[in-house]
Amino acid sequence: MSLFKFHGGVHPPEHKLKSTAAPIRSVTMPLRLVLPLRQHVGNVAKLMVAVGDHVLKGQLLAAPDGMISAAVHAPTSGTIAAIEERLIPHASGLPDLCITLNADGEDRWGDHQPLDYQAQEKSAVLDALRLAGVVGLGGATFPSHVKLRADDAHPVLTLIINGAECEPYITCDDLLMRERALEIVRGIEIMQYLLGAKHAIIGIEDNKPEAAAAMRLACSQNSISITVATVPTLYPGGGAKQLIKVLTGLEVPSGKLPTTIGVQCFNVATAYTVHRFIDHGEPVISRVVTVTGRVAQPGNYEVPLGMEIFDLVQAAGGTADDSNGLVMGGPMMGFNLPSGHVPVVKGTNCIIASAPALFAPQPPAMPCIRCARCAEVCPVNLQPQELYWFARADNFEKARSYDLFDCIECGCCSYVCPSRIPLVQYYRYAKSEILASDKARQAANVARERNELRLARIAREKEERAAKHAERAVGARAEAGGDAKQAAIAAAMARAEAQKAEIVPQNVTDLSPLVATEIKAIDARRGKVDDRD
Amino acid sequence: MNQAPYISASPSVTSIMLRVLLALVPGIAAYVWVYGSGVLVSLALASITALGSEAILLHFRQRPLMPFLMDGSALLTAWLLALALPPLAPWWLVVVGTLFAIVIAKQLYGGLGYNPFNPAMVGYAVLLISFPAIMTQWPVPLALAHAQLGFLDQLHFIFTQALPGGVTLDAISSATPLDYLKTQLKLQHSVGDILHAPVFGALGGRGFEVVAGAYLLGGLYLLQQRIISWHIPTAFLLTLAVLAAGSHLADPAQHAGAAFHLFSGASMLCAFFIATDPVSGPTTPRGKLLFATGVALLTWLIRSYGGYPDGVAFAVLLMNICVPLIDAATQPRVFGHE
Ligand code: SF4
Ligand code: SF4
Repeated sequence: MSLFKFHGGVHPPEHKLKSTAAPIRSVTMPLRLVLPLRQHVGNVAKLMVAVGDHVLKGQLLAAPDGMISAAVHAPTSGTIAAIEERLIPHASGLPDLCITLNADGEDRWGDHQPLDYQAQEKSAVLDALRLAGVVGLGGATFPSHVKLRADDAHPVLTLIINGAECEPYITCDDLLMRERALEIVRGIEIMQYLLGAKHAIIGIEDNKPEAAAAMRLACSQNSISITVATVPTLYPGGGAKQLIKVLTGLEVPSGKLPTTIGVQCFNVATAYTVHRFIDHGEPVISRVVTVTGRVAQPGNYEVPLGMEIFDLVQAAGGTADDSNGLVMGGPMMGFNLPSGHVPVVKGTNCIIASAPALFAPQPPAMPCIRCARCAEVCPVNLQPQELYWFARADNFEKARSYDLFDCIECGCCSYVCPSRIPLVQYYRYAKSEILASDKARQAANVARERNELRLARIAREKEERAAKHAERAVGARAEAGGDAKQAAIAAAMARAEAQKAEIVPQNVTDLSPLVATEIKAIDARRGKVDDRD
Repeated sequence: MNQAPYISASPSVTSIMLRVLLALVPGIAAYVWVYGSGVLVSLALASITALGSEAILLHFRQRPLMPFLMDGSALLTAWLLALALPPLAPWWLVVVGTLFAIVIAKQLYGGLGYNPFNPAMVGYAVLLISFPAIMTQWPVPLALAHAQLGFLDQLHFIFTQALPGGVTLDAISSATPLDYLKTQLKLQHSVGDILHAPVFGALGGRGFEVVAGAYLLGGLYLLQQRIISWHIPTAFLLTLAVLAAGSHLADPAQHAGAAFHLFSGASMLCAFFIATDPVSGPTTPRGKLLFATGVALLTWLIRSYGGYPDGVAFAVLLMNICVPLIDAATQPRVFGHE
């Protein structure tokens, strides 16, 4: 098949061989597991257990709350020891609500059954997936059942399965494809069925020939037609939008979903969990994690969710003496773990024990010399040097008008910047400032509208009282035989006024999301106008 | 604490600047070969002035000294200016020009990265306007000179403007080829006749064409090292060549051809070292093409119709003014946008 190119991209050293020498290893079940209620994008899961409850492996601990949310399950059997705020593996370093599960050592499964997905309504299958805790395991952790819902307005023609794994060091998808290709293909088959997609393409970077060969073999043993495409190794070729572009030549319009161009994209590991759930009834309770960098036994480990990362690193032989921290994710987009005592979550694809020899200390930033190297490598074709300029000057609306929100924070720009400017950090800062001020503005608008409504109500009540007075006066005058005609006119006018006050908009308190976004957009434009000085 | 990306693949600013300086070495060598080693004195004077004034200004602006002195940008400005000046320019000319470049055009605008104008060209333009006679008085290439000045003679001349006994100023200096062409054209000579004069070589000014060739060599090295992109040199040289060739075809008596324009004056230096200054230039690919085309057009216009023999400095400065406009007008299409 013919491939396409995206703008820019970089070729960082891969460092993948270190962790691909050994097959995926299992770890001994830890005595204690910590399960954050927020391991996914969307609403926090709703607690379904209490401290002291005994739970079985695979049992639902927290249910999805609303559509965009995902469930959390017990990775082993045991007792709920605590429900409290604990440190979670998040860049913010802030604690969040977690369930602590003490394992009973029996690892006893609860009731779990395969699902005859073709015998059921698709919506029932999707609901089941929602309760199975299936989320995107490539790192985004977006609930998969939402993306698997076929939408007649935007039918999905092409299902794209992301096996690119473009970040250096990370090899969990590589090993999964090598070892569990048939299972992945089975998952793809189910997803394709649910979406009604015409064809499926698996994109794998050409630095993973073993994985590509395994996937080809597995596809040839399956009756449905799946194309395995090797794509050039180029970071961030595994970004969903970049991979879609490379495989189909289509660009997901800015701010839109891939389905608007008839494409949906999932990670290979997500396809694998779909298979585990449909064919074995197993919810998402473990994942493959790459442990690499300065550890004694770098490699890939099948890890129960909730295992402490420190324990996982110990299972990989512990860190070398010069190691000075743990990074979750890859070297381009990962973040420093606040501590080793945080659990493995659904989004934990890789743990790197860092060291100065691996990641050299970053020198102080120099001024931007406008060399445009950053612009040359930006996969979104932004002008990072301009965005930096605006973000630094707190000129946020200008940054937005230069499409700041299209930045995928891939880090290519910082990677090549000779002045070593932490560009991505500036963009994150600008984005959060803009979102915060949008929110504040929206809240202010709502408050203003509420106040207007209140004032209108008061005015109306006043009018009504006035009208009543007038009517009474008319009655009295009629009795007295006074100027009845004029009084009647006054009363009619008062009624009309009262009616006018009543047609003040009543639809602004309970805003539908669509209206809310519209208001937001209007405000944004307003802001832009303000900014044109 | 480190933050993602944890890895970096870029040469530092210093290493970029040093490589640009290295790329100038062939040009400097050719210069010495053609005009003698006096140019080394200018280079040294400019370097010392640049680093000294930069240090003082950084001190007053309370900026860290070492990272900025070591970034190599002041040295590069100094070298570019020294190479643009006549090789035997008096010492004070070099010092004044460098001071203007570093103090006014660079530090007072905010230092590295903040200067809207090319500092070396600001220094050059100020000198050209203030001291037009000295600025157009170039030494005769050694190969043509009636009298030979050794290094010590040149050094002496730079500092005292005194010549060894028996040597007159006319014996060692002449107008630049571009200047010569201009005055001869005014005297109603045709280009064909003028270019037979001994100051002209096969391509441009005799001797000077070698220097231009050496700049070209250094420029190719910068391209190979990906320190500059192809856009500016290509657009500049191509536009200049097309304009020169076109006008020469239309009126051979009045206009010199492409080779002459490319290998005379500061054309090559401009194409690879001056117009490519990132700080004062545009950043978008189409912007770079537009910018360089503009510089070439203005250079040719000033050379052909303006009051100054060479137009590179004014052309660059004029186009520097347009950079914000050019950048804004040439934003590339962002992924996923119409
Ligand atoms: S790479 Fe760095 S120095 Fe160069 S333009 Fe971009 S931000 Fe500025
Ligand atoms: S982080 Fe943003 S601006 Fe930088 S290269 Fe990636 S997409 Fe472009």
